[in-house]
Amino acid sequence: MIDLLLAVLRPFAEIAGSPAFFVEVLIGGICAGLMYSLVALGFVLIFKASGVFNFAQGVMVLFAALTLVGLIERGLPVVLALALTMLVMILLAFAIERVVLRPLVNQPQIILFMATIGLNFFLEGLGEMAWGANVKKLDVGIPDHSFMVKGVQINELELTAALTAGALVTILAVLFQKTRIGRALRAVADDHEAALSIGIPLKTIWVVVWSVAGLVAIVAGIMWGAKSGVQFSLSLIALKALPVLILGGFESVPGAILGGLIIGVGEKIGEVYWGPLVGGAIENWFAYVLALAFLLVRPQGLFGEKIIERV
Amino acid sequence: MIYREAGQFKTTYAADQAIFPILQDRVFVGLVLVAAFVAVPLVANEYWLQAVLIPFLIYALAALGLNLLTGYAGQLSLGTGGFMAVGAYSAFKITTAFPWLNVLVVFVLAGVVAAGVGLVFGVPSLRIKGFYLAVATLAAQFFLIWLFNKVPWFVNYASSGTITAPPRSLLGVMLTGPLATAGVRYLVALSMVVVWALVAKNLVRGRVGRSWMAIRDRDIAAEIIGVRPMRTKLLAFGISSFYCGLAGAEFVFLYLGSAETLAFDIGLSFLVLFMVIIGGLGSVLGSFLGAAFIVLVPIFLTNAPHAVGLVMPVALQKQIELMVFGGLIIFFLIVEPRGLARLWQITKEKLRLWPFPH
Repeated sequence: MIDLLLAVLRPFAEIAGSPAFFVEVLIGGICAGLMYSLVALGFVLIFKASGVFNFAQGVMVLFAALTLVGLIERGLPVVLALALTMLVMILLAFAIERVVLRPLVNQPQIILFMATIGLNFFLEGLGEMAWGANVKKLDVGIPDHSFMVKGVQINELELTAALTAGALVTILAVLFQKTRIGRALRAVADDHEAALSIGIPLKTIWVVVWSVAGLVAIVAGIMWGAKSGVQFSLSLIALKALPVLILGGFESVPGAILGGLIIGVGEKIGEVYWGPLVGGAIENWFAYVLALAFLLVRPQGLFGEKIIERV
Repeated sequence: MIYREAGQFKTTYAADQAIFPILQDRVFVGLVLVAAFVAVPLVANEYWLQAVLIPFLIYALAALGLNLLTGYAGQLSLGTGGFMAVGAYSAFKITTAFPWLNVLVVFVLAGVVAAGVGLVFGVPSLRIKGFYLAVATLAAQFFLIWLFNKVPWFVNYASSGTITAPPRSLLGVMLTGPLATAGVRYLVALSMVVVWALVAKNLVRGRVGRSWMAIRDRDIAAEIIGVRPMRTKLLAFGISSFYCGLAGAEFVFLYLGSAETLAFDIGLSFLVLFMVIIGGLGSVLGSFLGAAFIVLVPIFLTNAPHAVGLVMPVALQKQIELMVFGGLIIFFLIVEPRGLARLWQITKEKLRLWPFPH
C-alpha cells in the first residue's frame, strides 16, 4: 500500500527535480493539444450552427489532405492546389446540404449523427478511390526542425500549428461576433424556427457553415499531414478530438481551444510521468477519463451553454 | 384479405395482453420458429451458417441489448464493443477456471459480469446527457480494450494475447471449440436469442420498459411522476450490458472461435449502433431486421460484382463497398428515419386492408 502511494507520488518529485524537462513536456502537450483543437473546431462550428454532431469531421480532414496532396502530386503549384482543395470542400458542403441535410430537416439529433457516420464511410471510400490509399508525404514548405530556448526543445512545426490555430480562432471569433453572417449563424444555432421566421435563409447558412468547417478541415489536414503523413489513420483523429469537445463544450470555440490544451497537456503529463506505472499506452483512453472527470463536475463542459431544463 | 383480425374476440385479459394478440401473427411467428429450428439446420450449408446466420443471431442479440439502452431508455452509448469484450473475456476466464461448468451457464455468468461493468460505466449517465454521454461511454470502450490488452491475466498469460474457445459439450454434443459443427453452434445461438428476446419483449412492455420510455421521452417529467431516474437508468445500463456481454461471449465461443481485443474495437460499437438505428430505435423486431441488414449488405456488395461478371481490383471493390454502405445508410435514414421496423409496421397496416381500398 505504501509502495503504491510512493509510486503514485514519485512523479511529483521527478517534476520538481527536473523543471526543464517538465517544461518541455508541457510545451509538447500544449502543441499536441492545439492540434486536437484544430479538429475539434470543425465539430464545434457545425454543432453550433446546425445542432449536428458531425462525426465525419475526421474524414473531412483526411479527405482535404488527400485532395491537396493528390493535386500537388499531379504537379500543380501549392497555391493553386490549395485553392482547388478549398473549392472541392465548398462543393462538398453544397452536396452535403442538398443530399443529406435537407431531407433530414427536423429529425432527431441521433438520426443526423448517424447520417454523418454514413457520410464518414462514403467520404473514406471516395477519398481512397480518387487518390489511392498509400501513405503520402505532405510538404507545403513548413519547416520541421527543433531549436532550443533556454534548454527547452521546441519544434518549429508544432509552433506553426500553434500559431495557425491561434490565428484561426481569432478569425472565427471575429466572423461569429462581428459580421452579419456570424450573427445569422448564432441566430440559427439558437433557434431554427425563429431564425427562419425573421428571414434568415437556413439552407445558405448550412452551406456556409459546412464550407467553413471544410476549410478548417484543410488547415487541420495540412498540419496533421505535415506531422504524420497523409494516411487513413488521419481520420481517426476525430476520436482524439471528441474528449476535447466534451471538455470544452459542444458550442464553444474558445472551449475547443482550452479543452484541447487541457487534454493535450494532461495526456502528455499523464503518459510521461504516470504512464509507466500502469504499463503505458494509456493515451487511448486517458483523455476520455480526464474529460469524464471534468464532466461530472460540469455536465455541459467548460464553456457549454448552461443546460436549462423545463418540464 | 389474409391478414385480417375481424372475428377474433378476446374474452380474457390474458388473450388481450398476449405478445402477439392476432392469430395470423402467432401462426407466422410459429412458422418462422419452426423454419429456424428445423428447416434451416437441415438445408443450410456450412457457409451460410458460419458466414451469415450465426453472426446474424449474435449481432441481433447485441443490437437488442443496445436497443434496450438507446432505443427504450434513450441513453446513447458507444461502448457496446467494450461491454461485449467484457462478456467474451469473462466467459473465457470462467470456463477455464471452472471447466466442469455448463457452457450455457458460463454465457449467462459472463453476461452478469458485463452487467456489473455496465453499471459502473452507467453512473455518469446520472449527470451527463445526450452526446456528452455518448462520448463519455467511449471512455468505457477504450479503457476496457486497453485493460484486456495490458493485463495478461485476462488471457491466462497466453503469449499470443488471444482467447480461444475451449471445447465444451452438453449431453455429449460439442457446443464450442474447434470440433463443434456449425449446425450445433447455430442452434445454441438461436435458442439463446429466442429466450432472451422473449425476456426483452416482456421487459419492455412491463413496468420496467415503461419507466425506461418515460425517462427517454422527458426525464424530468418522469422524475416528477415518481420514476426514479437513478434506478431506471442504471437498470437500463445493467440489462443492456448483460445482453451485450452475452452476445460478446457467443461472438467468441460460437462464431469466431478465437479472438483478440481487435475484434471488439470501436468499429463493432458503431456497427451495432447502425443495426439499432437502421432497424428501428425502440423496437425488438427492429434489432433483428437491422442485424440482418448489416450482415447481409456487405455480403451482397462483395458478391454482386461477381454475379454480373464484373471483375475489379480488390482495393477498388473495398472502396466502392464503403461508399455504397455509407450511401445506403444515408438513404435509409432519409427514407424512413424510424427504421425498418416502421416500414414493416406500415406494410402490416396496408395488408389489413388489402385488396380493398378502405
